[in-house]
Amino acid sequence: MTAPALELRKTSLNNVHRAMGGRMVEFGGWDMPVQYPAGTMTEHLRTRTHAGLFDVSHMGEIDVRGADAIPFVNRLVSNDATKLIDGQAQYSALTTPEGTVIDDLLVYRLASDHLLLIVNAGTTDKDWDWINSHYQNENVELRNVSAEYCQIALQGPDAISILQKLTDVPLAEIKYYYFRDTQVDGVASIVSRTGYTGEDGFEVYAAPDKAEQLWKKILDAGNFGSDEGVLPCGLAARNTLRLEAGMCLYGHEIDENTTLLEANLGWITKLNKGDFIGRDALAKQKEAGIRRKLIGFEVTDRGIARDGQDVFLNGQRGGSVTSGSPAPFLKKNIGMAYVPVESANVGQRIEIDVRGKLVGAEIVPLPFYKRAK
Amino acid sequence: MANVPDNLHYSKDHEWVRVDGDTAVIGITDHAQEQLGDVVYVELPKPGEEFAAHDSFGSVESVKAVSEIFTPISGKVVEVNQSLADEPEKVNKDPYGEGWMIKTKMGKPGEVDSLLTAAEYEDFTKAESE
Repeated sequence: MTAPALELRKTSLNNVHRAMGGRMVEFGGWDMPVQYPAGTMTEHLRTRTHAGLFDVSHMGEIDVRGADAIPFVNRLVSNDATKLIDGQAQYSALTTPEGTVIDDLLVYRLASDHLLLIVNAGTTDKDWDWINSHYQNENVELRNVSAEYCQIALQGPDAISILQKLTDVPLAEIKYYYFRDTQVDGVASIVSRTGYTGEDGFEVYAAPDKAEQLWKKILDAGNFGSDEGVLPCGLAARNTLRLEAGMCLYGHEIDENTTLLEANLGWITKLNKGDFIGRDALAKQKEAGIRRKLIGFEVTDRGIARDGQDVFLNGQRGGSVTSGSPAPFLKKNIGMAYVPVESANVGQRIEIDVRGKLVGAEIVPLPFYKRAK
Repeated sequence: MANVPDNLHYSKDHEWVRVDGDTAVIGITDHAQEQLGDVVYVELPKPGEEFAAHDSFGSVESVKAVSEIFTPISGKVVEVNQSLADEPEKVNKDPYGEGWMIKTKMGKPGEVDSLLTAAEYEDFTKAESE
């Protein structure tokens, strides 16, 4: 008798994705749309020129409450959570004692005794176990509230005008990396000016049974169906958008074998805030200097570099591609890779082993794409 | 529903063959381009290269994946669709017309008879998706 297939987890929008013609794939244990009928290229371009809508409900949420909420979290993450004010969020990382990455995450401060951590879908359980294992009788209550939230991201230059039709809060007043507890189409929601595309936009958190209502209302408000209207976007477009914007994907640019300093994440590594897991290792590495560095490259020959391919410098294997893909907006083939720090200079020529053929590329500045202000 | 023109021969690897005298024109089917998604890159051989039936003659890449393409019949490449270098999306938009990939001088003209007819290919793709 054959073993039963592993059941994939589904967001509350699963039926909607299927009804809209979403091509479903497995991601981090979830059944998610990789693209819709418009296709990845169109979804990507529409997000940069107008708006794209993403179901990111598979991401995890961990609720931390109590008088010690901030000091408890601050001891486990690299960025300084004591600098947050109510209604503010920050990008951060859970680190190992070696200064390598357990997960990247957003830390939201709802109140001085209430934080919400937004973690990756594939690492939610690992993060939950990690955080709990470091509890040392602080005055905090931890809850894995991932099942209590759906999360929908509306990204693009039209995001603000679209979402404004559904909420009274003046969205232009919510600054980048700030959020409000408010209502969208009458639904209690956290509206956060954050995203993973390099565009302006919002991430909306609400109860999962309201996801379908929010999804459909946003599509409607955004004129889905018109040539310049919002498009639903799958995981493939989510990946090409974040790669163009030079953003890390856990498991690719960052994992438990890469330090924050190697990954260009020194800016979220606050060595002077006080002790946190991995602080000493990172301070030592900063002193000694990193040996390898994450860089961005553009393929200059014909071909597309892909994840995991070897990087050659002067004929010698010297690194590997962490993410490689076409860049639909820039109309180039790009990627990120770790290379020895001596070679990690803009303009350096490298070669990528693309299925047995060496394809020429050049190190370029990150991010590849930056939106006009 | 994917388009499956009657006048072509098909392979189980989702390529089509159109016979034109002793020349065969080869490409990938509408079903194949639908499954792939947006084609961003096509790697094709050079004129003069020879292939046996079922050899890989190149690859087609979508945003997320690379797929090899196999020639259903043996032959020598006489012409290659150069326009796919700059316009790979032709494979999506017109897989049986402007999205053609290679033209070969057939090695064994009778080989096409062992390929699938349009009806057989349609049944095959239906069964594959069940």
